[in-house]
Amino acid sequence: MVTAPAAAWDVAAAVPDPELPMLTLAELGVLAGVETEGGAVTAWLTPTYSGCPAIAEMAADVDARLRAAGYPDVRVRLRLDPPWSTDRITEDGRRKLAEAGIAPPGPAGPPLLRLGPTRHRVVSCPQCGGTDTEELSRFGSTACKALWRCRDCREPFERIKEI
Amino acid sequence: MTDHHAMPGHHGAGDDHVYLALSEAGPEPDGEARWAYGTGFSDPLLGVDTTVPAGLDGADLAAYCLMLGDDALVLAQRLTEWCTRAPELEEEVALANLGLDLLGQARLLLTRAGQADGSGRGEDELAYWREEHEFRNVRLVEAPNGDFAHSVARLLLFATARGALYRLLAGHPDPVLAAVAARGVLELAYHQEYATAWTLRLGDGTPYSAARMQAGLDAVWPLLDELFVPHAVELRIGADPSALREPVLRTLAAVLAEAGLTVPEARPLASVGGRAGRDGVHTEALGPLLAEFQVVARANPGATW
Ligand SMILES: [Zn+2]
Repeated sequence: MVTAPAAAWDVAAAVPDPELPMLTLAELGVLAGVETEGGAVTAWLTPTYSGCPAIAEMAADVDARLRAAGYPDVRVRLRLDPPWSTDRITEDGRRKLAEAGIAPPGPAGPPLLRLGPTRHRVVSCPQCGGTDTEELSRFGSTACKALWRCRDCREPFERIKEI
Repeated sequence: MTDHHAMPGHHGAGDDHVYLALSEAGPEPDGEARWAYGTGFSDPLLGVDTTVPAGLDGADLAAYCLMLGDDALVLAQRLTEWCTRAPELEEEVALANLGLDLLGQARLLLTRAGQADGSGRGEDELAYWREEHEFRNVRLVEAPNGDFAHSVARLLLFATARGALYRLLAGHPDPVLAAVAARGVLELAYHQEYATAWTLRLGDGTPYSAARMQAGLDAVWPLLDELFVPHAVELRIGADPSALREPVLRTLAAVLAEAGLTVPEARPLASVGGRAGRDGVHTEALGPLLAEFQVVARANPGATW
């Protein structure tokens, strides 16, 4: 049986995200910590959005993977503070998102209250690299994504929005 | 609550992953074990230290969490009513997303309330088994949706005020309430931005769209002031909402001016002998909302799926 914290981290870190399966929970920044004490492992997860419907599945997956790796005593806990931010998505994670056709987020921050003329962030198309893109909807298929369109290649694409 | 696991589009990618996990888990006599629901992982405060900090009154903390949690829960239900009825698919997805954020906040706050008052009541018990007079939401969130402009107007008022309140509460001594608020600040910023964008688009659109937007604002405006009238519980353990009146009104006035709309002059909706939503005194709109929201849980007590 493996007992080193690094080994337990590696097991939990490799669990794919249920909604963005091209990313692991570590690459998404949801895995907030892993500790071992004796044979017991505790893994902490930080939910993305308050209403993230995938957090229960993530917790069950981490629990199952750690048990399958030989840890008999596994605890999965949520850590709400500090809140998750798109800044926690790793460089590898951003690259994998782009490779899957999902535009990665820019630096985190709240959306600016726009009263004057609309000025969008410049977002490159993950399909063709073009920058003549526009936001179709701030909300998409999951809480973390917005829907965009590229006017260069005329393909729609999804984008992780900053939070 | 246990009835909302998937957003549109959650499947596809998610299903592949479930099958992958099923196959990798090897022989599994009970396939249910690979399904997160009913496995004990659905507690929104799973493993979080839920001790009430010294110096905080548990009953007050519970009452305050119910007030904020019920605001979020009831408005989430109203937003959900737009599913299949919104003017465009994109708006339907947007409104559902906003509702999901609020539902998540409600789950955390209701769970916290059930711990803090020592009753051990879970989120489902509080959501599905309380009666109308036990709900502590402000009347603004229970008002019927009306048309799209009317719903946008309500959302603009609520999101602007709730974002400002969450900013104050992010420093609250209760770590759970502080964490909900810190997360909620950014979520509400998106809600406020959405409602502001539509207010500008409708107000600055055609004379007809502006008239509809103005009518929506006129209808919900009397319900705004209740958000700023402090309840004794709020003064003891929360943030004094009367401090929000001036900055929130200033923000709203700026949006309406930009949209070419008029700040309504309607007087606040009267309370009943000084009692309103925070005391469980509601309008006639809440009863039917709760009847629809609670009917499945009450018809099948203890059911899981
Ligand atoms: Zn393109």
